[in-house]
Amino acid sequence: MTGSTDTDGGVVAVRLHSQLESIWGTPGGWARLSAVNHNIVGKRFMVLALTFFSIGGILSMLIRAQLATPDSAFIGPELYNQVFTMHGTVMMFLFAIPMFEGFAIYMLPKMLGARDLAFPRLTAYGFWCYLFGGSILIVAMVLGYAPNSGWFMYTPLSSNVYTPGINSDVWLLGITFVEISAVTAAIEITVTILKMRAPGMSLDRMPLFAWYMLGTSGMMLVGFPPLILGSILLEMERAFDLPYFDPTRGGDPLLWQHLFWLFGHPEVYIIFLPAAGVLSTIIPVFAQRPIIGYRAIVVAIIAMAFLSFGLWVHHMFTVGIPHLALAFFSAASALVTIPTAVQIFAWIATLSYGKPRFEVPMLYVAGFFAVFVLGGLTGVMLAMVPFNTQAHDSYFVVAHLHYVLVGGFVFPMLAGLYYWLPHITGRLSVHRLSIPGFWLIFIGFNLTFFMMHLTGLMGMPRRISTYPSSFGWDWLNLLSSIGGFILTMGFALVLADLVLQTRFGKRQVRDPWDAATLEWATATPPPSYNFASLPHIDRRADQLKPKEAGPALATGAGYLGFSRGRQETLAVDMTTGRVEHLMVLPQRTYLPLLTALVTGVFFLSLLFKVYWLTPFAALAAVAMFCLWPAALGEKKDLGPIDIGNGEAVPSSEETHYNLTVMANITAVIVDATLYGSLLFGALYLLVVAPGWSETLSLAPPSPMLVLALVFSAAGTALAWLARKQTERGRNPMLVQGGACLSQLLAACLLSALAFTIPDLFTHARGAISFAILVYMSLHCAVAALISGHCVWRMRGGYVSARRQTDPRLSVIWQGYALACAVLGLLFVQLLAGVGGLQ
Amino acid sequence: MLGAVTGCAAPLSTLDPAGPRASILANLWWIMFVGAMALFALLMVLLYASHRWQTAMQKLSPGQWIVAGGLLLPLPVLVALTVSALLIGEQFLARPADGSEPTRVIAAAERWQWTFSYPDVPGAATTDNLLHIPAGVPVLVEVVGRDVIHSFWIPRLGGKMDAIPGHTNTTLIEADEPGRYYGVCAEYCGVGHETMRFIVEAHPVDEFAAALGGEEQ
Repeated sequence: MTGSTDTDGGVVAVRLHSQLESIWGTPGGWARLSAVNHNIVGKRFMVLALTFFSIGGILSMLIRAQLATPDSAFIGPELYNQVFTMHGTVMMFLFAIPMFEGFAIYMLPKMLGARDLAFPRLTAYGFWCYLFGGSILIVAMVLGYAPNSGWFMYTPLSSNVYTPGINSDVWLLGITFVEISAVTAAIEITVTILKMRAPGMSLDRMPLFAWYMLGTSGMMLVGFPPLILGSILLEMERAFDLPYFDPTRGGDPLLWQHLFWLFGHPEVYIIFLPAAGVLSTIIPVFAQRPIIGYRAIVVAIIAMAFLSFGLWVHHMFTVGIPHLALAFFSAASALVTIPTAVQIFAWIATLSYGKPRFEVPMLYVAGFFAVFVLGGLTGVMLAMVPFNTQAHDSYFVVAHLHYVLVGGFVFPMLAGLYYWLPHITGRLSVHRLSIPGFWLIFIGFNLTFFMMHLTGLMGMPRRISTYPSSFGWDWLNLLSSIGGFILTMGFALVLADLVLQTRFGKRQVRDPWDAATLEWATATPPPSYNFASLPHIDRRADQLKPKEAGPALATGAGYLGFSRGRQETLAVDMTTGRVEHLMVLPQRTYLPLLTALVTGVFFLSLLFKVYWLTPFAALAAVAMFCLWPAALGEKKDLGPIDIGNGEAVPSSEETHYNLTVMANITAVIVDATLYGSLLFGALYLLVVAPGWSETLSLAPPSPMLVLALVFSAAGTALAWLARKQTERGRNPMLVQGGACLSQLLAACLLSALAFTIPDLFTHARGAISFAILVYMSLHCAVAALISGHCVWRMRGGYVSARRQTDPRLSVIWQGYALACAVLGLLFVQLLAGVGGLQ
Repeated sequence: MLGAVTGCAAPLSTLDPAGPRASILANLWWIMFVGAMALFALLMVLLYASHRWQTAMQKLSPGQWIVAGGLLLPLPVLVALTVSALLIGEQFLARPADGSEPTRVIAAAERWQWTFSYPDVPGAATTDNLLHIPAGVPVLVEVVGRDVIHSFWIPRLGGKMDAIPGHTNTTLIEADEPGRYYGVCAEYCGVGHETMRFIVEAHPVDEFAAALGGEEQ
């Protein structure tokens, strides 16, 4: 390039930048509250997660201060129980998960070559739910009403009988509120990775981090629903005395453990996979060669995602489970080592065949290797059932879980922080603090937690607030406490380093590490729209040259290198990466904040037992959600639209499997997992729970139930017919309206049935039948709502033979409601029919 | 080794077993500990070698590294370990080798105390926070929870078993010698959790019934 075209390019780039910034940017002041851009929301997630990390860290200091000496009277057992419960809860739910969510929200669009995530407003809504839900927990703690039943909330301890008062409700409702953000993030990340990549980026060209996040989000879609269901059931038991877990009325406390660990074990891998994704991204950069074993790693990710759902019982080896089942879960727990080992050796091979360069991020990578490998080895030990009976619930497990989580998450995330912070701030790190910071963390961590292996083997159970001097645990505990304080100093240094870097770090150019992934092709710090034009990817996307691509993209050389006054980005075919359609993303709005506030009123009304308010808050939240689509859609068929480079593609409204349809299918998967967990619970109670042998058979199927089924089926048929007619160019509002009405009738009948169950409060059979009927009724109502909304869209002119998103959604949710109704009917009848079964 | 150093002052140490079951578990631990340390050392050496001894590391091709490290190294270790752990587990389920019925005791957990009863010793009174067992023979403990979940654990005599309301779990313990041992509640059960400890008195078999104030069966 000659000097003059360079200058021309610069002028073009600046003009394009100011045009795009005026569309995508968020102004300051109060308008910040309306931000939906992933750059802003991703950073907010991470800053808030680090804030919660500090709170969790302070709590751990209280724990170590209390346990430093025997017979300590620093904080009594009441307070201690709140402190350790909150430490676990904060670190798991308010730090680890939101931290990687925020990181993925910020980074994924840049790595994939998109301008934002698929549903920017949903990202913002998730953030507000996270902030409000987390605040409920922290405020409760400050006021002295924090949860105190341990972070896995085993019932009956967490039940109304043994923990009266608000403490357990704070956990169940606060965490469920926060989980909304996990589910929305999972849906959004899944759809974004599958559809919103740069043209040419086929699945097998994706950078590994995207594969890791695809595995993670897939696991979140099916991992979180069991916990959410468990929390709903336990809260219903606490609030309305419906016996799901009460062994005196046909419930079973073990059902809670199954539901909790059905979430809880995948959770560990949900936390580890993004961190492993960070490692698979960083290690090749510092080894200065492409990763070795790309395909093997992809297979390992998929294997981990599946295997992790077969391990949950290894948290329950001492609850009295048949030996054969123990054998299965023990073998599965050992087997999950294989995909982990594959990744570790792929990294070692990559380093061996490269030219390793030692920078601060690599220091943390080395720390990861040492700590995580030890945690993995103790994990294999714990998977062995006989040894587990000694180590379970002792400090050995405390040591193991910290080695796995700190080694497998905190060390890689710190490596990632030092690697990507220059991207976020545009500045380089101040080395004089980062290296001593690492050593304090590494030494402090090992001093604290290595001792705990021994403390546990010497018989110290976890969760005790004091111990007598005679058990020989004194020195070990004191050393752990000293280590804990060294660890904290290390984290304080890292924090100081981060602040100094953002203020005084040396400004740096694009791509300071010579990386080969797309996120370094943006300017640093990145503009709100990421890329002034979108690249075409012609090789694996971890072997690019961002230093060269970046300036060219900034001048608008790629796709969409112009502004039409709307937030435009591209969607591709899921597997091949061919450009498929043009998406217009919604602009900033206060709707996510307002909807989250109303959602907060819903949760607070449950927490403070203001139950008359609950249905109004729920309806208000639904009404708010109905306002969201108003900003979207087209009133006429547009045909192919120019996207630059001489290509034209249809709009998303005129595409069959557009992102909205895919997100709804993903939501159905989440929902179906929740329902599946509920039906599993019903079967589990029927087969395992005590107190079912003396129940009597109930009446044969009620005609009302059959009638509800008929209405539901009719609704589904009408929705299907309406879509067919739309396809033929008609506007069948009456048929679609009929689908809505029919499903609404089914919903009413089912809720009437739910509230007339005879043994609702006296036996788990009635309670679980009630839950199934309420679920069926709610989903008929959801289907009615979606069909009704479709009618509204048809009236507004948003639907045509080519723009069929709304009729498609109607068919999806009607069909799902019908499937739930059929399955639910079978289960309710099965439950009613048992009597003297056991 | 370590157990000998720390064991004498540690009445709850799993590394200082006082019965055949706890001994097997302690041996399993030492075997796994040595194996884990060897594997850990191997990985650390490989990590060092990947930076410093690259020509040696490049003797294996990239694919060979993944197969060797990801499959060939862990698979035999895991299979051997899992199978032997399962065999040990089977052994724990089995009744005493001579076909005799073990002595039964019932351990009932309630916030925050243990109540032990002795169905095999007619006339024996229940004891609170004090468990009498005969030494040298296996004892079958039926663990029941009366309110919330607790866990029965005598580290020097055997593994733990949860006391869950609505369920009856069983576990076998055995002390080699008469003497005094200690047990704790291992599952968090509320504010009195750490106070829920109990003493185990192991008596010579022929003095067991007398110690309970009952009559020999």
